[in-house]
Amino acid sequence: MPITPDSTIYWHHGFVRLNATILYTWLLMLLLTMLSWFVTRHLKGADSPRSRWQNALEAVVVTVRSQIRDICPEESDTYLPFAGTIFLFIATSSLLEVVPGWHAPTASLSTTAALAICVAIAVHIFGILKQGVSGYLRHYIRPAVFMLPFNLLNEISRTLALALRLFGNIMSESLIVGVLLAIAPFVFPLIMQAFGLLTGFIQAYIFAVLSMVYIAAAVQSQTEQKGKTNE
Amino acid sequence: MNNVSLIGVTSIVAATLCMALGSIAPAIGEARAIIQALSSIAQQPDESGSLSRTLFIGLAMIESIAIYCFVISIILIFTNPFWTFVSSKSGG
Repeated sequence: MPITPDSTIYWHHGFVRLNATILYTWLLMLLLTMLSWFVTRHLKGADSPRSRWQNALEAVVVTVRSQIRDICPEESDTYLPFAGTIFLFIATSSLLEVVPGWHAPTASLSTTAALAICVAIAVHIFGILKQGVSGYLRHYIRPAVFMLPFNLLNEISRTLALALRLFGNIMSESLIVGVLLAIAPFVFPLIMQAFGLLTGFIQAYIFAVLSMVYIAAAVQSQTEQKGKTNE
Repeated sequence: MNNVSLIGVTSIVAATLCMALGSIAPAIGEARAIIQALSSIAQQPDESGSLSRTLFIGLAMIESIAIYCFVISIILIFTNPFWTFVSSKSGG
């Protein structure tokens, strides 16, 4: 039984291989980009009536923004493109599982590891942009110098956990449906698939929220310190 | 019993044990977290938004332990490195 879409190879030339993961990632990127472009291409002023699709997309953006504002109240719009893109990518790839023949690219460890590495790098970038190199690096030796190895370990383990959690959830869902098809092929796979839609959406939410929490932790450690010096 | 079947038996037993033992603690932990969150929501319904968000994050953290066990079981059953090594050596 193929457990990841990595093993499905459509085309290869030399060492370049086009597997299902890459193909469906591209399809998903194309879908999201074309949909957004198609909806926003005739945007008018704020007073003009909105189209149906524009309303739908605005609802998504407003929801994501309010969630981010709850976690990181200041400058939430700086992180909206990053966290929102991650959420939309994972959520759409999970929700498209209802389309027959769709392989969710997040069922492959390479995709989820790439997303987790993006989050790990973004945490450093946002942290350094906010509080400078030395100020950001100083939070590693807080509250004491001997905490340095634990902080570094935390950095690695949370990236690993982020990747493995998403991979395990999405992969197990398709695996369970495959096993159930062999045991009870009539109604039960449908129930598990419907349940998988819920899990996939919750995992997208959790991935985005956790990456926002990490970014907020890297950004806010300095504002607390600033508040202390001002007192 | 030759090496290949020994590795096969050990992997399957280890995978089932890993899944069975490894899901006990996360299940208890998640249950305790949900109990606390539900009673807190019952006491303070106004805070249900932030409570449920924190609950989801905590559940994801706890669940990742069970997910680790699951990934290890899957590796042991489907893509076992020892199995691949032995079968490549004996198969040539």
